[in-house]
Amino acid sequence: MTFTGTVTVFVPRDSAAKSMGADAVADAIVRVASEHQQAVQIVRNGSRGMLWLEPMVEVKTPSGRIAYGPVTVADIAGLFAKGFLQGGAHALRQGPVGEIAYFKKQTRLTFARIGLTDPLSLSDYEANGGLVGLRAALAKSAAAIVDEMVASGLRGRGGAGFPAGIKWRTVLGAAADQKYIACNADEGDSGTFSDRMVIEGDPFMLLEGMVIAGLAVGATEGYIYLRSEYPDAHIVLMAAIARARAAGWLGASVLGSGKPFEVHLRLGAGAYICGEETAMLESLEGKRGIVRAKPPLPALQGLWGKPTVVNNVMTLAAVPWILQHGGAAYAAHGVGRSKGTLPFQLAGNVKYGGLVEVPFGITLRELLHDFGGGTASGRPIRAVQVGGPLGAYLPTSKFDLGLDYEAFAAAGGMIGHGGLVVFDDTVDMAKMARYAMEFCAIESCGKCTPCRIGSTRGTEVIDRLRQGDRRPQQEALLRDLCDTMANASLCAMGGLTPMPVLSALNHFPEDFRRN
Amino acid sequence: MTGLRPARTIGAVVRARLSDTTFAPFPVPTPRMQPSVRSGEAVHAAATPHQLAAVDAVVARLATLPGALLPILHAIQAELGFVPPESIDRIANGLNLSRAEVHGVITFYHDFRQAPPGRTVLKLCRAEACQAMGCERLEQRLRSVHGVAMGETTADGALTLEAVYCLGNCALSPSALVDGQLLGRVSEAHLDALVQNARMKGGSR
Ligand SMILES: Cc1cc2nc3c(=O)[nH]c(=O)nc-3n(C[C@H](O)[C@H](O)[C@H](O)COP(=O)(O)O)c2cc1C
Ligand code: SF4
Ligand code: FES
Repeated sequence: MTFTGTVTVFVPRDSAAKSMGADAVADAIVRVASEHQQAVQIVRNGSRGMLWLEPMVEVKTPSGRIAYGPVTVADIAGLFAKGFLQGGAHALRQGPVGEIAYFKKQTRLTFARIGLTDPLSLSDYEANGGLVGLRAALAKSAAAIVDEMVASGLRGRGGAGFPAGIKWRTVLGAAADQKYIACNADEGDSGTFSDRMVIEGDPFMLLEGMVIAGLAVGATEGYIYLRSEYPDAHIVLMAAIARARAAGWLGASVLGSGKPFEVHLRLGAGAYICGEETAMLESLEGKRGIVRAKPPLPALQGLWGKPTVVNNVMTLAAVPWILQHGGAAYAAHGVGRSKGTLPFQLAGNVKYGGLVEVPFGITLRELLHDFGGGTASGRPIRAVQVGGPLGAYLPTSKFDLGLDYEAFAAAGGMIGHGGLVVFDDTVDMAKMARYAMEFCAIESCGKCTPCRIGSTRGTEVIDRLRQGDRRPQQEALLRDLCDTMANASLCAMGGLTPMPVLSALNHFPEDFRRN
Repeated sequence: MTGLRPARTIGAVVRARLSDTTFAPFPVPTPRMQPSVRSGEAVHAAATPHQLAAVDAVVARLATLPGALLPILHAIQAELGFVPPESIDRIANGLNLSRAEVHGVITFYHDFRQAPPGRTVLKLCRAEACQAMGCERLEQRLRSVHGVAMGETTADGALTLEAVYCLGNCALSPSALVDGQLLGRVSEAHLDALVQNARMKGGSR
């Protein structure tokens, strides 16, 4: 069957999709279509976040966008034979995107647009609600923008959970000839990729959030500190900044308002500690990423000593929505003091890995079983690490815990950047505890002794513990060392490394007694 | 010291001890295995006039950027594959910094190499999500079958293997980055093909 009209086919350009062959799939679709004398228009969209289905190809049909995945080059001929350009039945057919349960059950505020269109199209962005928040902000006073942010209850998504509106208010109140917005796109935590997906899938949203932050605090320049491990995100972001500048969304007069805002992009260089905000500022200034003592707060003396808003990508990406819909609408989601939604990331040994944006309050069990579908290996889940390399390892007995900042902290955990790394029952938790110490030793900035030396000593103590060498003494030593690191480290690198170590020891003591 | 990226601030002795306990000793060579060298130990000839000219051009182009040092180092490495030791003087002069400051930054950051890498650079993720999916098996295979450990370059100069801590592809782990291209669900068979390709790529270092 041949159609006369051009069919639109979406193949994600997200690097996760590309890592599974999306580029070759896009090429193959064009090739096979031309063999069928069928005109197709390929749109390289963002990813919908159902990453186990990548490359997930969508075909635009009169009855909506039909998804197929995971598609390989070898599947293309068969897909054409089954009429996939008309939404035909096929083993890989997942149905209309909006009807896929994993997607349907989410509350997508920040990720609402991602996957719909070409992330670098200015017109697609505006056609799908882009710039509405910025225009609303331009009509407000700086103080009124800050009030909206405070009302939203949005807390920093980079890990510490500090209320964004309060931080902005501090910077607004600081008198200075120059202020900065510094976007933390270092996303160093294993198990996290939401910053990357926003940058690759909706970069203008991040830029819009930064401009609004600038208007709110009186900053005219923004810096984005992007990890160098994200080459695709780097390319997309460079292009997005250039296009936004050319369109007058950035520059001397944002949207013709007469107000300037410029964005600069800088790359990290493979140092985890440069995700810590003061180390990031040092790195932006061209120095080694050594943590600064606080006070002074970056809000008062940040980049080049000037008042600076440091916010995570997800924090800034939530801002346009808040200005568009109002702080109260955002605060209507979530539980307790954890307002709004969090894009959780299901990673590691999980069957349905991907991005799940839902309001705070969801339980681990719902995320890991209802969304995640258990492990990829098919074996039972044994542990999950929540909140990155400094987060706790939790056993299945904790899976009914609701995910909100306070409840999680009370249970000895940390939500962090919302990454969940799943391990099956073959994991050796003593080895993971050792790795946590080793990672701290590799990545420590070296400024303070508990972290610099403690992490190396900790690795050695865990080795002896695992070898069964004077076990009670080693365990006491390890706990004592963790106590010192937790209480005497200058920053959370050394301060929180005991969290994965002790949670492994407390919840999985048998793994430390194998020899 | 196999396995770890060079730590920055802890002493070499501590580092050596740390890494000695991290990984099993280098495996008994198999017939297929070829000797490899630490990237940093590669016999490094003096920078060529062409390389020095490239360094000078980068410094001239970027010196006025605020916080120019990292952008300059990235640009040099993007062009030459590494930051030649001779660059230090030139960068220090261009930015009005001390040589120690420039050297300190180069050695602090894991990204910057001071010796040329192999023709293909493979960055293998060894962070938690990739561990949960068996990245250690991959590391083991590279070591025992292909004779290259983390931080090393194969003796024929075909491939440099580097550790990386998360590529943001943690739902499709284990992950790797090959000359800037991201790979997901990496298997041992993938690696074998990749190393073979790298060895077939011609040219010299
Ligand atoms: C060791 C360490 C690593 C961190 N890594 C990151 C990171 O990669 N990205 C991030 O946004 N915040 C990271 N943070 C948190 C930042 O210090 C800071 O709290 C955050 O960028 C502030 O932005 P937010 O309030 O919007 O979260 C890290 C903190 C520590 C101690
Ligand atoms: S705790 Fe570690 S990373 Fe943080 S300042 Fe001290 S040495 Fe640096
Ligand atoms: S942990 Fe390996 S890609 Fe994130």
